[in-house]
Amino acid sequence: MIGSGNSGRGSARDRARVAAAALSLSVCMGLATGSAAPRPGAQKDHARGDITLTVFAAASLNETFHRAADEFSAAHAGTSFIFNFAGSQQLAQQLVLGARADIFASADARQMKAAGPAIDSITIRVFVRNLLVVVVPSGAGRAVHRLADLGSPGVKIVLAANAVPAGEYALRFIGRCSPSEGFPVDFMSAVLRNVVSYEENVRAVLAKVVLAEADAGVVYVTDAASASRRAVDTVDIPERLNVIAEYPIARVRESAHPAEAELFIRFLLSARGQELLEAAGFTRAPAAAKSTDAKPADTESHPHE
Amino acid sequence: MNNARLRLPLALAALPLIAFLVLPVAGLLLRASGEDILDTLLGGQATQAVALSVRTTLATLIITVVFGTPAAYLIARKKFPGKSLLDALVDLPVVLPPSVAGIALLVTLGRRGVIGGMLASLGIELPFTGAAVVLAQLFVASPLYVRTIAVAFASVDRDLELAAAIDGASRWQAFRSVTMPLSLRGAVGGAIMTWARALGEFGATIIFAGNFPGRTQTMPLAIYIGFELDLRVALTLAAILLATSFVVLAAVKSLSGRWVETA
Repeated sequence: MIGSGNSGRGSARDRARVAAAALSLSVCMGLATGSAAPRPGAQKDHARGDITLTVFAAASLNETFHRAADEFSAAHAGTSFIFNFAGSQQLAQQLVLGARADIFASADARQMKAAGPAIDSITIRVFVRNLLVVVVPSGAGRAVHRLADLGSPGVKIVLAANAVPAGEYALRFIGRCSPSEGFPVDFMSAVLRNVVSYEENVRAVLAKVVLAEADAGVVYVTDAASASRRAVDTVDIPERLNVIAEYPIARVRESAHPAEAELFIRFLLSARGQELLEAAGFTRAPAAAKSTDAKPADTESHPHE
Repeated sequence: MNNARLRLPLALAALPLIAFLVLPVAGLLLRASGEDILDTLLGGQATQAVALSVRTTLATLIITVVFGTPAAYLIARKKFPGKSLLDALVDLPVVLPPSVAGIALLVTLGRRGVIGGMLASLGIELPFTGAAVVLAQLFVASPLYVRTIAVAFASVDRDLELAAAIDGASRWQAFRSVTMPLSLRGAVGGAIMTWARALGEFGATIIFAGNFPGRTQTMPLAIYIGFELDLRVALTLAAILLATSFVVLAAVKSLSGRWVETA
């Protein structure tokens, strides 16, 4: 009743309105698709060399990759970057589900493998390494002074989730704290009992410690270096207990700019690229700077078509 | 007549948006298998998430009704200085991005927060607990109930209350036997919306309560984390959440539909 009464009045005007609405909707969608639909930089040749590389990179690479990209862009005029930083496991899923990108930099080999179908596997190579460190809030009331304190009752620990590379590395480190290294017999289970949250990426772990909501978290040394000096203190992990995180990088199979993507990967592996990464606290990759045609890491499981 | 003539252009104009709203839902349901849903419901980590979601959202709902009803009555019926300010403040959490809500809760109720610091000295620490999950839900979802029932209170005919008072009813009796029954549909509708919003709450929860299976990992968090670990679990939980939300919304619609008919 009410409905028909309304639409009955001035139906011509209403129809005009409906038409206008439909028109404006289609215009809006045209605008949106016009800017969003093309593959990254697919319109490459409209001004020679003007391209955009889309880089999916582990959260821990955030500041460093921005710096590297700035330097690369300065040397290669016309190349700009779009970054997607997140937990490597999330990026791997996005790539498998068809996200468009040119480069994937993962914080571990497991997630590079998980992204397998989307990756040009002969281009996979380790480009940098990282180490773990325990971060604790700075200031009074500190609960963790040495590694053994991680197992003390009531200490609140935050780790990255097991799916996140940093989370998996952290579990491996805790597993190495064996009785022969001077830790209690049930150290691992004591630490796991103290875990209050498994965060979705390593930077979220850092944030909870910076806010002092957690008494300790396990992150990369580069994350600790990126946090404000006043916000966190660190408890170093001795070399024999530490886990060396190896970061693989690769070209995405459907990259619109394979040549440029390769150039950026080589830049990261060059002496200058490695210098930038080291400045952020990373460790030089084994094969880096000597030769850029490092041997493929994963050719057998995902043969390149 | 006019009605029939307009139907086609209206339908054509509405089609793109309606298709866009419906297709992802259909896509999700197509990818989730019934067998998986049964498996998920019968065991494993997903059950923990479902159980935690049920427990925390019910707690949120009860707290919302107990404290939200007087708040709504105050807003709907009483005049006091700063009323319009309070009115706007109550709505604020609904329009805030949930991540902002989570950070706000953390810096207020966290260990180094204004209130959280005091609580911590009493030995109460909220972050990373089930209580934090409830507080996050309460913050983003309770205003929906308050808003809905306040509108219902405001629309009750004052003459009916007056008549009850003339017949010798006390204020409380008038409220119980006139105002409340007449506002009941609004109350139920608001309560259901609050519950559904609490069930879907993600951003504030993961920031304020963290993610720990069985303790703070509700269904939306399990879906998010599961998406990266085991897509099947994520799809299954998503389908369950979707079905639940649909049933809830349908219930609200039919309730409010009857409300319009009887009015």
